[in-house]
Amino acid sequence: MAKMTLEELRKLRDGKKTELRKRDSDGKSIQVIVGMGTCGIAAGAKNTLDAFIAALDEKKLVNDVLVRQTGCMGLCYAEPTVEVLVPGMPTVIYGKVDVAVVKEIVEKHLIGRQLLDNHIQDRPAADIVAK
Amino acid sequence: MGYNHYILVCGGTGCESGKGDEIYRNLISEAEKQGVKDKVQIVKTGCFGFCEKGPIVKVLPEDSFYTEVKPADAAEIIAEQIIKGREVTRLLYDKGAKKGKLAVEDIQFYQKQLRIVLRNCGVINPDNIDEYIARDGYAALEKVLFEMKPEDVISELKIAGLRGRGGAGFPTWLKWDISRKEKNEVKYVVCNADEGDPGAYMDRSTVEGDPHSIIEAMIICGRVIGAPYGYVYIRAEYPLAIERLRVALQQARDYGLLGKNILNSGFDFDVEIRLGAGAFVCGEETALLQSLEGKRGMPVPKPPFPAIQGLWGKPTVINNVETLANIPVILTKGSAWFASIGTETSKGTKVFALTGKVNNSGLVEVPMGTTLREIIFDIGGGIKGGKKFKGAQTGGPSGGILPESVLDTPIDYESLTRLGSMMGSGGLIVMDEDDCVVDVSRFYMEFCVDESCGKCAPCRIGTHQIHSILDKIAHGNGEMADLDKLHDIGKAMTKASLCMLGGSAANPSISTIKNFREEYIEHIVDKKCRAGKCKHLVRFEIDTEKCIGCGICARKCPVPCIAGEKRQPHVIDQLKCIKCGECFKACKFGAVLKK
Repeated sequence: MAKMTLEELRKLRDGKKTELRKRDSDGKSIQVIVGMGTCGIAAGAKNTLDAFIAALDEKKLVNDVLVRQTGCMGLCYAEPTVEVLVPGMPTVIYGKVDVAVVKEIVEKHLIGRQLLDNHIQDRPAADIVAK
Repeated sequence: MGYNHYILVCGGTGCESGKGDEIYRNLISEAEKQGVKDKVQIVKTGCFGFCEKGPIVKVLPEDSFYTEVKPADAAEIIAEQIIKGREVTRLLYDKGAKKGKLAVEDIQFYQKQLRIVLRNCGVINPDNIDEYIARDGYAALEKVLFEMKPEDVISELKIAGLRGRGGAGFPTWLKWDISRKEKNEVKYVVCNADEGDPGAYMDRSTVEGDPHSIIEAMIICGRVIGAPYGYVYIRAEYPLAIERLRVALQQARDYGLLGKNILNSGFDFDVEIRLGAGAFVCGEETALLQSLEGKRGMPVPKPPFPAIQGLWGKPTVINNVETLANIPVILTKGSAWFASIGTETSKGTKVFALTGKVNNSGLVEVPMGTTLREIIFDIGGGIKGGKKFKGAQTGGPSGGILPESVLDTPIDYESLTRLGSMMGSGGLIVMDEDDCVVDVSRFYMEFCVDESCGKCAPCRIGTHQIHSILDKIAHGNGEMADLDKLHDIGKAMTKASLCMLGGSAANPSISTIKNFREEYIEHIVDKKCRAGKCKHLVRFEIDTEKCIGCGICARKCPVPCIAGEKRQPHVIDQLKCIKCGECFKACKFGAVLKK
């Protein structure tokens, strides 16, 4: 994009805000967000990311699921962490997601619409900017 | 298929011991009994970080947060909430709060954390500037460029009460104001991302997770003080952070948020990355500036302060990553809001890298004034393996080790200094009964001996002397007079060193001598190390009564120095023993004794 003016920046912000909100609420798309900070990567987040892409390929879900990355959310003891957003289900964060857990998430959560036992973590703090 | 409700039962160690598992099983059997098995899914989760009020049960999508739940409550939760859709009010943590209004201003938030600096970490994709912009990114810059005068920004920061997060806590507004008032065409903004404390990684995670917040704050600073150029001094050991920062800088340039004539405001600013080679002393601002100039990283006397005469002799504002990350939010949400968080003298939040013998290690951001007990036992979930807490080390090699008795002190800059420690950059290492304070002090002093730049004598000689005395005590050759010597050398270093590396290097030793004096005396008089860390003071022996002769200790011994016939008591050859403790760990019968 070319250099922006103030108006363009404001327009972009409003546009993106609506887009983010849309993704959250009326959501047609499922999102999988992998924590890719140094702590996550050290704990194997790259394998986790690869495993998601492979598993989604295998289940032919590539077009329905958006895989994104983000930084450290603070749960370093439970890395790799993955946030899963499925429309109509509560948003949850899974901890210690290795290749085996990835398969379980894809089969049980994304396809079977069930939460996984023993892997859910709580978001560590209130998000101050969203509200 | 699909469920209407989800019940999350905390499966953390704290809640588990409070019958969490029984609650979980009761909920499942009740759901079945009351015929709503298909309406609700019941799962166990990791720790919710509120162990004090455990066991915790959370019901989604209502987000009902139940505390101190008993197994007998299961039937009511199912009958009321899942079937009739009514919350079980008596179990709610925050009975007064209106639903869905767990507001930001409400610092009594159950999790005790509040994310200002880390607001975007773990939420946005750091490689995508649009996501940052969507979360009010660069909105503060807009304000500063088009609505506010530089003085207005300074007064906002003054009201907010933001102080430097690098350790010393100097008021940020004052630093900016001094530079702003300097008459000079060339000024610089420097971001200190040379995070060197062992065990600290707050700044790395912030740059990795939200690089644009740093860039935005630097542009704002440049505008306020009248500097056209900025540097980020970041250690080369942080390749991912550097890469993310590079991408972010390029995206900001492409959008015209960096470079000439930013957003047509007529203001020019650009940022360059400079890599540090990993010297601890380069986190000290004057040494950092020397290193930036291409010289050997050694501190120079202050004054003149960098704000007046810094990089290449020009006025330079040098702020730490965490300080900068606060600035955009203060300007968008207002100084009054920021000033409402924290204590009288320390406003806002502090990020800690919580590590050591704690169950939930991680990156923690809490309002100033939170107690160490809350951080370690609620957020951190207590000590690993149910062991006993010994001390909390704040501020890395510059800080002290705080004992159990002060865990309830609300922490801010002043209270930590009063306790003989310091805020430092935010490393927080938890120690349990298996850690020895002499050993830990020696470790930090060894670090300081290595990292002392050698320019001034108090630090160069003092660190070495303290280290050798500590070493002597750890070897069982200490004398009582050594304690006073340690204290005196430490005080001299604190007073006479050129920079804070030497000025604070004695803190771990001085604070442990004060807070854990009896352990030093044990080492010196009784020649004993109760934690078993000082190898020269430990002896492993086998209790012939208890030993059944299974031979596992002999197999684990790396030397090997354990001998004995099968089914006969074994013996350790004390001359060969290297005191690694493997036999002690391996024995299932408690027959190996640590003396």
